Amino acid sequence: MNVIHSMDIRAHFKMQLDSFMLDAAFNAPSVGVTALFGPSGSGKTTLLRCIAGLERAAGTLHVHGEVWQDDVRSLPTHKRRLGYVFQEASLFPHLSVRANLEYGLKRIPLVERKVQLEHVVEWLGLSHLIGRGDPASLSGGERQRVAMGRALLTSPRLLLMDEPLSALDTASKQEILPYLERLHRELEIPVLYVSHSLDEVARLADHLVAMEKGRVIANGALNEVLVRPDLPLANFDDAGAVIEAVVGQQDPTYNLTQLDFSGGSLWVGQVKQPSGNRVRVRVLARDVSIATQLPQGSSITNILPARIAGIHCESSDKVNISMTVGESQVLLSRITRRSLDLLGITVGMHVFAQVKSVALMA
Amino acid sequence: MENTLDPADLQAVWLTLKLASVTTVLLLCIATPLAWWLSHSRKWYKGPVAALVALPLVLPPTVLGFYLLLLMGPHGLVGELTSALHLGRLPFSFAGLVVGSVLFSMPFAVQPIQNAFEAIGKRPLEVAATLRASAWDRFFSVALPLARPGFLTAIILAFAHTVGEFGVVLMLGGNISGETRVLSVAIYNHVEAMEYGAAHLLAGGMVLFSFMVLLGLYLAGGKLSQVSK
Repeated sequence: MNVIHSMDIRAHFKMQLDSFMLDAAFNAPSVGVTALFGPSGSGKTTLLRCIAGLERAAGTLHVHGEVWQDDVRSLPTHKRRLGYVFQEASLFPHLSVRANLEYGLKRIPLVERKVQLEHVVEWLGLSHLIGRGDPASLSGGERQRVAMGRALLTSPRLLLMDEPLSALDTASKQEILPYLERLHRELEIPVLYVSHSLDEVARLADHLVAMEKGRVIANGALNEVLVRPDLPLANFDDAGAVIEAVVGQQDPTYNLTQLDFSGGSLWVGQVKQPSGNRVRVRVLARDVSIATQLPQGSSITNILPARIAGIHCESSDKVNISMTVGESQVLLSRITRRSLDLLGITVGMHVFAQVKSVALMA
Repeated sequence: MENTLDPADLQAVWLTLKLASVTTVLLLCIATPLAWWLSHSRKWYKGPVAALVALPLVLPPTVLGFYLLLLMGPHGLVGELTSALHLGRLPFSFAGLVVGSVLFSMPFAVQPIQNAFEAIGKRPLEVAATLRASAWDRFFSVALPLARPGFLTAIILAFAHTVGEFGVVLMLGGNISGETRVLSVAIYNHVEAMEYGAAHLLAGGMVLFSFMVLLGLYLAGGKLSQVSK
């Protein structure tokens, strides 16, 4: 048996839903955030509920070598060592904020308590909230932070999050995202994160399981799946590549910062972080154009040599193209079909990728 | 005209309170699981069971009392059972009144509790399950506290409804002083005997009692809904 394999999360569930059959199988690594991504009604929430044992479905589920469900038995939800953050915070209205936080904590044996109350309060900025009596007096963002803390305090072996930001307004979302990113960096608990927002996925996830009509259509590392030109994902208006980069030199005259990554470097608007810091940036397909020769007299600063890796016609007028930059980084570009034909772009061709804009994620 | 209450009247008051208390306690024990089942079951026979529970709301108490009398009598199914178990006969006994009252006041206990359980929804219980609470734990730590207003309503309605009961008692229990003669029967006796003064004292007391109960219910309801907001 493959040891590494046995420590990850393996799931396969089958269940008849209203209009289609959920038949989803995927593997997720035992570290980092795995996004279950797909349009509304693609069955991702149902899949998450199956994993939690909240829906009865035929299937198998292995988490870090533990069998949570197979053909013979299925652990009830309260015996699965998981944490679940629902779309709405769903705090218990009859309990104080502190009692909500401690509800799960009290129910796990002392030896399993790896996550401490003080740590959670500090991570999620709950110190001014923990003394509150009525959870209804909290704002939407605050309630969701308490719900996250409550789930974390059960020291779960797997944290399930079902669109935890979707019920919040934009301001509350912006308030919570940094906490999520922090949990992602500091906690060793693997997370399954259901989302239909490509932006959230690009910010938070490391691994991506893409779903459509109850089936898994792609499953792999985030920056591999995001740049596959043949997936429906690539047709999203905000489709594009994610690049893990390191802060490099600063240009104080023009307030620009250089970000270095495996495929070269990109100049972006000033990043006020010390050099060497790791940052995640997004390059949208619609912001990448292709030139067959090194452009002269272009206003675009970021021009990278690239090699065409894949071409997929998404519609009668638009084409998605993936290009390798450097050793392993892939960029996605969306151009017109006419440009494709005029430039005679084929797979394997050496070109130049012109990056019009780069979005810093954190 | 007799204007004062005799010891038998006081006994009737005491008996009524005892009957209402015992009935309410028993009803809570029966109605809670029944209401839980009614609020969660998807079985086909849930509808018929719910209708059966609600039947005393529309039936004349005499009809219920009549059938209970037949059932618990010497040739009834329950009567034969109680005889076989050497428990004696239920009609014309306090125990018989309790059985009748429990059935008669059942909808007043089940329905508020069932509504309260249904109002909680699935989510809080699912949340509790993901926080390692077992089914019993979820029931006691989440469902019961959240259904508290429903329980309060059920207790008050079941108690008050039993205090006001007349038809079933008369059919089942007759008029035995100290055993089955409750307040409403005592009032009836006084009126029959033209003792309007004593009837007034008891009847007026009932009016006051009922008003206080309902007032308490509304005040408590108002307070509870303020807390939950």
